[in-house]
Amino acid sequence: MSTVDSTELEAFRQDVAAWMRDNKPADPGFLLPQSFMEVGSEQQLDFLREWQHKVWSAGYLGMAWPKEFGGGGVAAAFQSVADQEMARAGVPICFNVIGLGWAGPLILHRGTEEEKARYLKGILTAEDIWCQGFSEPDHGSDLGNAQTRAVRDGDDFVVNGSKIWTTMGNFARYMILLARTNPDTPRKYDGLSFFLSPMDVPGIETRPIRKITGEYGFTETFFTDARIPADCLMGEEGEGWKIAMQTLQYERGAEAGAAGGLAFVRTTIDDMINELDGLTRDGEPVLQDAQVRDELVQLIMAEKAISLGDRRNRINALNTDYPFSLALSRKLRWTEHTRHMRQFAIGLQGAAGSLYVGDNQARQGGFWQRAYFNSFSATIGGGTSQVQANIIAEHVLGLPK
Amino acid sequence: MSYIGNTDMSFGEEQAMLLDVANQFCREQSPVSTVRAQLDSDTGFDADLWQQMVELGWCGISLPEAYGGAGLGMSAVVPVLESMGRSLLATPLLSTTLAAQLLLRSADSSACETFLPAIASGEVATVAWLENPDWGDTEITSVIDDSGLLHGAKVHVADAAVARWLLVPARREGQVVLAVVETSELAPEAIVPHTLIDETRRAATVHFDAIKPLTLVATEALAQSMGDVPLLGALLVAAEATGTSAACLDTTVEYLKTRKQFGKLIGSYQALKHPCVDILNNLESSRSFVYHAASLITDGPLEHDAEVACRMAKAQATDTLLHASDRAVQFHGGMGFTYECDAQLYIRRAQWSRQQFGDALHHRKRLAALLLD
Repeated sequence: MSTVDSTELEAFRQDVAAWMRDNKPADPGFLLPQSFMEVGSEQQLDFLREWQHKVWSAGYLGMAWPKEFGGGGVAAAFQSVADQEMARAGVPICFNVIGLGWAGPLILHRGTEEEKARYLKGILTAEDIWCQGFSEPDHGSDLGNAQTRAVRDGDDFVVNGSKIWTTMGNFARYMILLARTNPDTPRKYDGLSFFLSPMDVPGIETRPIRKITGEYGFTETFFTDARIPADCLMGEEGEGWKIAMQTLQYERGAEAGAAGGLAFVRTTIDDMINELDGLTRDGEPVLQDAQVRDELVQLIMAEKAISLGDRRNRINALNTDYPFSLALSRKLRWTEHTRHMRQFAIGLQGAAGSLYVGDNQARQGGFWQRAYFNSFSATIGGGTSQVQANIIAEHVLGLPK
Repeated sequence: MSYIGNTDMSFGEEQAMLLDVANQFCREQSPVSTVRAQLDSDTGFDADLWQQMVELGWCGISLPEAYGGAGLGMSAVVPVLESMGRSLLATPLLSTTLAAQLLLRSADSSACETFLPAIASGEVATVAWLENPDWGDTEITSVIDDSGLLHGAKVHVADAAVARWLLVPARREGQVVLAVVETSELAPEAIVPHTLIDETRRAATVHFDAIKPLTLVATEALAQSMGDVPLLGALLVAAEATGTSAACLDTTVEYLKTRKQFGKLIGSYQALKHPCVDILNNLESSRSFVYHAASLITDGPLEHDAEVACRMAKAQATDTLLHASDRAVQFHGGMGFTYECDAQLYIRRAQWSRQQFGDALHHRKRLAALLLD
């Protein structure tokens, strides 16, 4: 890794901060998604597409990707700084996350030169939106059991089956697709293959799924004799599981190779406590209520413990007892904390806690109500909290399956 | 404004070495059989074992070299206490360390010169913090009379019966001073041992009936140190409880891996598995808070961030041990209900750790004031 001069980095930080300040879009008059899993309308899509393109044009996205593929060709440290400043400035997300964070690094690390040339730049510019076809209706957490079939026929693969929870499936141009090319292998994993599939071929249909929030963001995706070109196969037939696992590493937070960009708006305990003005309980400010104070301290501690865990995780001598415990539990802990905090935030609103997005008296436009509902996308998606707990129990504590 | 605040964490080579040495020492010298052998002894610890700890320099880790210590500060005591907690090794180390810190931080140089070198070489001292069972009540009614004699009573004085010196907060003409009392000055019946829920510990009620102290500490720094040292106590108890939670969880997990019911290892049931993961996560949080707090402690007065860190460490670590030990008993089934099962050692220790220097509610109430007001 190239070393980066800290003065240079600091000067760069000033530049990004100034740019974000000057270019932060005005309130568009409709609710923007807090994560890439919440893009439900063309209106939101157009807005976010324009924003990502603008960020890329300014040079603050894909900074560590090679120049020939639309990147900036500089050290990853610059992208980290840009990401931090985006979060600090409170600008919209760079929504093409499956491309930027998962498919992009995958193609960069194991794709052919042709694949890199064909796909990478469009990911950065937001011209090509990517989606992921892993989960199936009957196999939510059991990825290795995927049943969607891909059968070689001349220069094509013919795909039949269905996928679910396809984020932005109705907007995407490409899908990273896990499908079964051989149903007869002794190990189910060995029959899977990995495709960089187009979405605009006949036989692929998407049906938007309406979420608990009333909004859209995911689709069911149906394949009916859909013919995709054989050169969409990534790697060899039968390597699908290995490539999917590599992709999940990116999804679960391995940062190497990610194009960067603000992937989601985090809500922190600060966001919650700083928005309590005017809320009362028994006629007094909520912050004076003893029970509320105790709950808030517990929430602060829960969030601080996660941050401290990230710090401690870098100190080897303090991680010998339960190796990988902190890393493996992070998703479980952060997503459950977020869910719990958002639920608590609604409770602080008194009767207004029953209002929802669309009511003109809803506090912050119903932000916390909607955010609480959306928090389940993270406690369920990417492996439910219960599956995460099983993984930790088996891999860290060594408990039997 | 940020409510998360300071997240510093540092861990030096000396600390790493102490953690290593202490873990090994406690594992070898304090197996459960040794712990159980002391449960009904008078002192609660093995004198030879204590002597070895003294020779390892543990009584002087936090003390300046000028007083015969190692000059490593309180942050280096934390890994030792964590290791001791893991092996349920009690001894008066915790009491003595806090007594030494109270003297050191009160900055009475003559008292420091008299007592600290002796403490560093193994003399036991303890602070008589309480006059009633309420850790939040700091009222002091013990008095030094006009002739300089101490009158009053203190309760829950840890290791009083084995201490050579008692540090006793009292009022002289209304002002709080710290009386250092030689226990040999007390009549034998003045020290009344409590029957403790944690049988690895010893504590007593101590009556002072016109006792002449060896010295009175009345420095300007006394008030600050009387506030700071209980926070250090909270941190050390938290470190110890963190070690105990780990041992407790390991004991439970080991049982779940070997015990079969209905033809299956019971550890495969999610109703048992998932609470173990909760305990593990809370244990990891405890450890993070403890070493964060250790990173912020200096020999000077405790700053805001250090106070927050000590209180969070205590609130988290002792609640975690309460939970871990409660589930340890339950998950051992019928065995767990017996005195023979080690779960009893943990659940008893948990009740002791919980109240020492204030329970989780006590600290969260103060954290609310520190963070939200």
